[in-house]
Amino acid sequence: MATTRMLLAGFGGQGVLLIGQMIAYTAMYEEKEVTWMPSYGPEMRGGTANCTVVVSDKPIASPLPSAYDVLLAMNEPSLNRYLDELKPGGDLFINSSIVHKPVERDDINVYYVDTVKLAHEVVGNEKSANMVMLGAIIKKTGVISMDEMGKTFAKLLTGKKAKLIEPNKKALDAWKE
Amino acid sequence: MEMETLFEVTKGMREDITTYCPGCTHGIAHRLIMEALEERGALGNTIGVSPVGCSIVAHQYMNVDMVESAHGRAPAVASGIKRVHPDKYVFTYQGDGDLASIGTGEIVHAAHRGEKICTFFINNAIFGMTGGQMAPTSLLGQKTTTTVEGRKKEINGSPLRMAELIATVEGAVYVERVSLHSPAAVRKAKKAINKALDVQEKGLGFAFIEFLSTCPTNWGLPPAKALEFVAEKMIPYYPLGKIKDNTWEHIENEEEGK
Amino acid sequence: MSEKRLMKGNEAFAIAAIRNGCRFYFGYPITPQNEIPEYMSRELNKAGGQFLQAESELAAVNMAFGAACAGGKVLLSSSSPGIALMQEGMSYICSVQLPVVILNVMRGGPGVGTIQPGQADYNQVTRGGGNGDYHIIVYAPSSIQETVDMIGKAYEVAEEYRNPVIIAVDGMIGQMMEPVVLPEDKGGMSEDEIDAAKPWALTGHKNKRERNVIKSLHLKQDELEDLINEYWPKYERAERELADYEAINVEGADVVFVAYGSSARITVEAMGILKEQGINAGLIRPKTLWPFPEKAFDLISDDVKKVISVELSKGQMIYDVRLAMKGRHEVDLINRVGGMLLSPTEIAERTIKMMGGAE
Repeated sequence: MATTRMLLAGFGGQGVLLIGQMIAYTAMYEEKEVTWMPSYGPEMRGGTANCTVVVSDKPIASPLPSAYDVLLAMNEPSLNRYLDELKPGGDLFINSSIVHKPVERDDINVYYVDTVKLAHEVVGNEKSANMVMLGAIIKKTGVISMDEMGKTFAKLLTGKKAKLIEPNKKALDAWKE
Repeated sequence: MEMETLFEVTKGMREDITTYCPGCTHGIAHRLIMEALEERGALGNTIGVSPVGCSIVAHQYMNVDMVESAHGRAPAVASGIKRVHPDKYVFTYQGDGDLASIGTGEIVHAAHRGEKICTFFINNAIFGMTGGQMAPTSLLGQKTTTTVEGRKKEINGSPLRMAELIATVEGAVYVERVSLHSPAAVRKAKKAINKALDVQEKGLGFAFIEFLSTCPTNWGLPPAKALEFVAEKMIPYYPLGKIKDNTWEHIENEEEGK
Repeated sequence: MSEKRLMKGNEAFAIAAIRNGCRFYFGYPITPQNEIPEYMSRELNKAGGQFLQAESELAAVNMAFGAACAGGKVLLSSSSPGIALMQEGMSYICSVQLPVVILNVMRGGPGVGTIQPGQADYNQVTRGGGNGDYHIIVYAPSSIQETVDMIGKAYEVAEEYRNPVIIAVDGMIGQMMEPVVLPEDKGGMSEDEIDAAKPWALTGHKNKRERNVIKSLHLKQDELEDLINEYWPKYERAERELADYEAINVEGADVVFVAYGSSARITVEAMGILKEQGINAGLIRPKTLWPFPEKAFDLISDDVKKVISVELSKGQMIYDVRLAMKGRHEVDLINRVGGMLLSPTEIAERTIKMMGGAE
């Protein structure tokens, strides 16, 4: 891997910033270079949220690339807005629980992940939908290792939050191509 | 027979003659504050903040560590000092242009935070240093260089009563207005200063003493007439006395807490 | 050596200040730097310091003035419009030579403008809006780690020069997360330590020394002239000793970019794109904006084809670049304003266009 540039977008509350942070933490633990950059605006609920994550084996110049290797669209507005910024040959992850629009590009890889359904089936709680998506991204891009991701949960989720480690790990493994 | 010393200049004052105009009461206010600090052995344990205005030079006379602040900002500067040295007496000494005009934000919020500092506010109803312009405290009808026909309510509004305003703020624990126009008034002023310093020493909150003061030069009056002006014109609009005293409430709360 | 942590810029800056001995923080909410006062409100008291939310930036800078007078190690932070309100205070702080460190997490202006990143404060921070003869020393880091390191340097320089130091970052570096190694905790100062290190500080004379007076009024003009002449050599020394830069591939480059902060990072990526197009580009990245690193420009060869100032402003640093070029070559501008960021592709495309198309 040289450099992976990712754009993760959705509604506020869908957990895209957290998905990005989990990748960023794990990349750091894997001794890779990484940047995480959120969009920011006036504090409000229900707006759109996105972040860019760049993971590389050499120092990262810009945390805001011109084009991306990976695009996550957790909702339809994100798909419409950012599809053109995905490079040819890039990976597009779509939250098919709520995005039903066909993708009008044939030069990219598209992965449909029914995050809500899988979270219900595997964890019994749709709050894990974002972790289902994180698992799909890790499986297809290999930007970080699944093993190290599990260790990140253990490092970050301590005390009362420790009970979330196992459900999160299950969610990571929920999606199968 | 050995002579007994009945009165001497306080060690809190570095020189006994100030450069303030003849008849100006800044010198009295300076002396009273420094005497009060000396009497409680606090001169070495005090940091003062002087304003912009005639009393910007207060540090020439007051024998304590002092800093000049930007116009109106003395309460913010004092708040910063008190954060570093919570065990020191910290006071601001401010005129009415400084405190009641450009510095209203800083004084209200120092009171609002309940800063454990004392503010000594010299109200002589005019801008002195700049040559006699109207202050927010100038009286209706008072002639100044920017109200040559006298202050008019329709144009300039009515004089601002700062002590009453500050008293409405919860963090202000002790607020009193005193005057410097007569020996009896000066004695009361000294008591008020001591009360304010007590409030600070006990850490009860913000203490504010307003001194009705003179400006014979810019009022165009001889010194004796200027004192009469305070008695006859200012006091009726700016009533003297305690405006707020919540010190007992604080002390009782503290005791209940124990 | 402490371990690497993934941190948001603003939080890392706050920790770095505390670890460098800052015990007094004054601030007012303004985006995109709110994580700094929020962090300070949680942590500074635990470190034995004091956090105070001021009623305005005007009050904040004067609280900092007071705390610095009293010998405290101070941090102020704000963003562009708030820094504008602090200009009066900075003039006063310089007039009495106090050490204060100020973080400006810059956003687009003028006026309320936008909360998105900007670099249109260049003139404000390097020239200042306060009255009188003074300079502010200005650092311009381009990563979270560099900002953290520069905060340490800023405290050293502020204390040594008895002068305010501004660290000018923009919203991008304040808001992003990167791995960062934090410095060791240096601890605060006791009153005795303040008295020993800062004999000018207001700590109460304790009837042991002459009283200290910190004043900026000098009604006798000859006294004021003498005072300014007395402290001015420190600025000449700063110009000699503090000017700092990074030069990447400057000698022999066809195009030399000049960019600082986040723009410099984006420019580095643009240089990679240009290289693929056969264009040999270099970068001068000022790490200090005042003093401006003029010496760096001696590295530029006489047959350079383009010197381009890359800025998130309508062209403010470009005047310093022109002065530093001493008329050897004209200087062009690639910029965005109003909170818009340049992309590496945009820089590369505009450069190719300026050079008359792809080679």
